[in-house]
Amino acid sequence: MLIPHPSLGPRDAEEFTYLGDSRLLDRPDPNAPDAESAFCDYVFLRDNPAGVHRELWFHEQGDRSWLVVTRDTVTHQVLGAEMARDVALARKGSGA
Amino acid sequence: MTRLSGGLIDRSRTLSFTFDGKRYHGHPGDTLASALLANGLRLMGRSFKYHRPRGVLCAGSEEPNALVELRSGARQEPNTRATTVELFDGLEARSQNRWPSLGFDALAVNDLLAPFFTAGFYYKTFMWPKGFWEKLYEPAIRKAAGLGSLSMRPDPDAYERGYLHCDLLVIGAGAAGLAAALTAVRSGARVILTDEDFRPGGRLLSETETLDGARASDWISALKAELESLPNIRVMQRTTVFGVYDHGIYGAVERVSDHLAEPGHRVRQTLWRITAKRAVLAAGATERPIAFADNDRPGIMLAGAMRAYANRWAASPSETIAVFTNNDDGHRTARDLAAKGVHVAAVIDPRPEARACADYRLIAGGIVTGARGRLGLTAIQVQANGKSEWIDCGAMGVSGGWNPNVHLFSHHRGRPVWNDALQAFLPGEGGPSGLLPAGAAAGCFSTAAALRSGAETARSALQEIGIAARLPNLPCADEEGYTIAPTFYVPGKKRAWVDFQNDVTVKDIKLAHAENMRPVEHLKRYTTLGMATDQGKTANVTGLAVMAELDKRSIPETGTTIFRPPFTPVALSVLGGGDTGLHFRPRRLTPTHYWAEGQGAVFVEVGQWIRAQYYPRVGETHWRQSVDREARAVRRGVGLCDVTSLGKIDVQGAHAGEFLNRLYSNMMATLKIGRVRYGLMLREDGFAYDDGTCARLGEDHYVVTTTTANAGLVYRNMEFARQCLWPELDVQLISTTDAWAQIAAAGPKSRALLDRIVDGFDLSNEVFPFMACAALTVCGGLRARLFRISFSGELAYEIAVPARYGHALMERLMELGADLGATPYGTEALGVLRIEKGHAAGAELNGQTTAAMIGLGSMVSQKKDSVGAVMSRRDGLASDKRRLVGLQPLDPAGKVVSGSHLFALDAPRSLDTDQGWITSACYSPHVGSMIGLGFLENGDERLGEVIVAANPLEGESAHLRVVPAHFVDPGGARLRE
Repeated sequence: MLIPHPSLGPRDAEEFTYLGDSRLLDRPDPNAPDAESAFCDYVFLRDNPAGVHRELWFHEQGDRSWLVVTRDTVTHQVLGAEMARDVALARKGSGA
Repeated sequence: MTRLSGGLIDRSRTLSFTFDGKRYHGHPGDTLASALLANGLRLMGRSFKYHRPRGVLCAGSEEPNALVELRSGARQEPNTRATTVELFDGLEARSQNRWPSLGFDALAVNDLLAPFFTAGFYYKTFMWPKGFWEKLYEPAIRKAAGLGSLSMRPDPDAYERGYLHCDLLVIGAGAAGLAAALTAVRSGARVILTDEDFRPGGRLLSETETLDGARASDWISALKAELESLPNIRVMQRTTVFGVYDHGIYGAVERVSDHLAEPGHRVRQTLWRITAKRAVLAAGATERPIAFADNDRPGIMLAGAMRAYANRWAASPSETIAVFTNNDDGHRTARDLAAKGVHVAAVIDPRPEARACADYRLIAGGIVTGARGRLGLTAIQVQANGKSEWIDCGAMGVSGGWNPNVHLFSHHRGRPVWNDALQAFLPGEGGPSGLLPAGAAAGCFSTAAALRSGAETARSALQEIGIAARLPNLPCADEEGYTIAPTFYVPGKKRAWVDFQNDVTVKDIKLAHAENMRPVEHLKRYTTLGMATDQGKTANVTGLAVMAELDKRSIPETGTTIFRPPFTPVALSVLGGGDTGLHFRPRRLTPTHYWAEGQGAVFVEVGQWIRAQYYPRVGETHWRQSVDREARAVRRGVGLCDVTSLGKIDVQGAHAGEFLNRLYSNMMATLKIGRVRYGLMLREDGFAYDDGTCARLGEDHYVVTTTTANAGLVYRNMEFARQCLWPELDVQLISTTDAWAQIAAAGPKSRALLDRIVDGFDLSNEVFPFMACAALTVCGGLRARLFRISFSGELAYEIAVPARYGHALMERLMELGADLGATPYGTEALGVLRIEKGHAAGAELNGQTTAAMIGLGSMVSQKKDSVGAVMSRRDGLASDKRRLVGLQPLDPAGKVVSGSHLFALDAPRSLDTDQGWITSACYSPHVGSMIGLGFLENGDERLGEVIVAANPLEGESAHLRVVPAHFVDPGGARLRE
């Protein structure tokens, strides 16, 4: 597999380690009244879609950036990759 | 001798080789199979199950029968196809799966017992008694139904791995592949042309047809010369593309020196990972046989193979041959062999309208119903017009039609589609994106059509990636059509082989049908059709056709046959690609490694690190003597240990403190500059993850340490937290594990020793107390970092210097500390010291323990959020009452074994009454007996109690007393001296 790194161009998937669902960017509010059940979902429950999936990859053998890669899990087609930091900042900015 | 005239062999040189110990001769350009045929040998192997005598069936990599063992000694190599072995001088080859000899094989008795060995035989017969499969049946069957044997010695040859990139990969250098490569290379595209043969040309090498009126081999030579003169193409012979992977990545094996007696300075094979924007699949087609009674007699081969042996290798299996074909192509074999002076006894064609294409006896509307000659064909039985006759011949070419090589196309769920006119599966929908079939692989069977298809496919492929290519002038070539009538097998009572290598006959397929194993997937597994090393290249379509007929359905309704990688067998050695022995994974050496080696240290692997385990001295005969001495030296004087492998992460930025607050369960932002704090990290699920120290070197500057095992993982998680969870914080991270050599100096005399190297730095307890840190210089100006931390419970320091000075620092400390008794100690003594002190390590932080269990529950701050804090408070974790305790045997000579489970004194031993386990154990020179650490139910309230440690693996149990986890200096006074 090749991953289109936003700043380094296409890179071989061997250079990366895989984490999974990009929902891990959305760490729940630890002070919310339902924090425990929200964390339970966050830690243990993942969607496993057949189709388009946004997932986290770490460029461990490269520039050590975390990427959000959009991939079709059926065809392995990679539809895009963004810096996870940019995605996380945008979400915080929009209050999402 | 059955050597003919002509051929693409170099008769000016003679090569000598042996087969089953007997010497033969051949020429450069020969394969082992062609040379054996030229020497008059038809018998080359024995079948897998029935041990039937077998000859060569094919002339290429699809060969199911002629599997041989090559070479001897450590290079002995089983299951090699004689059809792909390039002859070299001194080649040693042996037949397989026979005893005592190829001509007389005792296990051929299996053939007489064939009525018992039908499909499903194993499933039905070896079911009972239950334990017999593993102990008796399987070993016996494996011995009887084997292929070749392994040398059982390490492979002496080198292998390597390489990476290539191109615009267009052309797979196959036959007519279509060459036309594709020519089209692409002239456009300026970067091209790779691969071919499994040792000579380009594909099927053209085996035919007599002309290109532009000249011999095809002349056109190929001229083209080869042009390609080799151009910088933008890499022509790779002896290279098989075996699999297609995601995003245009292709796996290929180049047999660099398989054709040499010994590789010499070269590698044996190379595993290539080729990244191609587009690829043309010009893999050609494979002929399939027609099944009839005893169609596996040595001498019966595919008609195309027989023609290839005659035209390319000037070899005929016999002086008298026959041909059995249901299509026009088979007639060419009769024509070409007759032209070479071989007697063609008859051509049998089931099509009543069949026409002869040369002067030979044609039996149109006939079928072959039998064959004689156990060790070599002597006659065939032909039925035509209601009459039956035996015709004498020593070999017969059989053609049931050609199957396009769709294998690579079907690697990504590509489904081939049935073509009635060609009676074959062609590439259909799906398949790997960017892979375009051409030539015979796409069903273009005539040479002219294949050339055009190759050129046009290459042009379209390049167009897709924005490269404009023009079609080259292609040579004038054969346009002859190909007509075929479906004949897959000849009905009869005797066995007719479909899958030669796995001995699957028409009868077996009928049995599978009768027993309702009708879907192709069931058929395959029930009969083992297509499951041999040739993956049924010559068998699958025929098997499917037989099942379709029995099921009274069409072939496409019955199913299809798809393939998985690898296209042909790939040796594990080349997949390993040289990652063997010391190259298996990176080895990380500590800065004092060579110094320790000089001291005679014994090393141990800790992840990728090679660390000194202990330093034996003269007279010490057991590792325990060395370890006990080293541990005592630390408690009494001063010991030195390289602790570089512990992870070091530099954390800087305005929000560094806040960032660490969120990562560690305890407070880090409040740490004073020049101080160190122990830190515990949790996982987000609330369990303890890793521990280390956190030193604050400046307002915006911390250095944290991790355990050796988790150094990479903790860094990865910290980057995740920085980039994904809290990107708004101003903080930067870098791993400095390799940048700093770090040496622990531990023991009551460590201050005295360090005093001798620091440059005017006050080490007094008042100025530099326990848990202090500083940047300073040592040894007259060398920059260093000093941390007053202790893993052993003694007064101790860790000193870090730039990695390249680690060796010199160790030497200097040993030299200056000689009078203080400075002693190097390894990981073993390090472990003893930390167990004596009750420090948790990897055995305690195993992912199943909470902060409370290791006695650090109060460290999880309730005042702030941190990773894992919320989940650590959930019921299941908070209610876990197991606590870390020390354990000591009542009998000082008694054993403490880690992994033992703990029970109350009189409790029965069961999972319900299990109260914990022992995590770490060692002999403690300080205590004078073995000691252990373990987690025990309510352990903190049971000090003094005697419990049972059960070790059912060894059938042992021991009485242990529960004691505090600190065996040394429980108050911590020594740390603070």
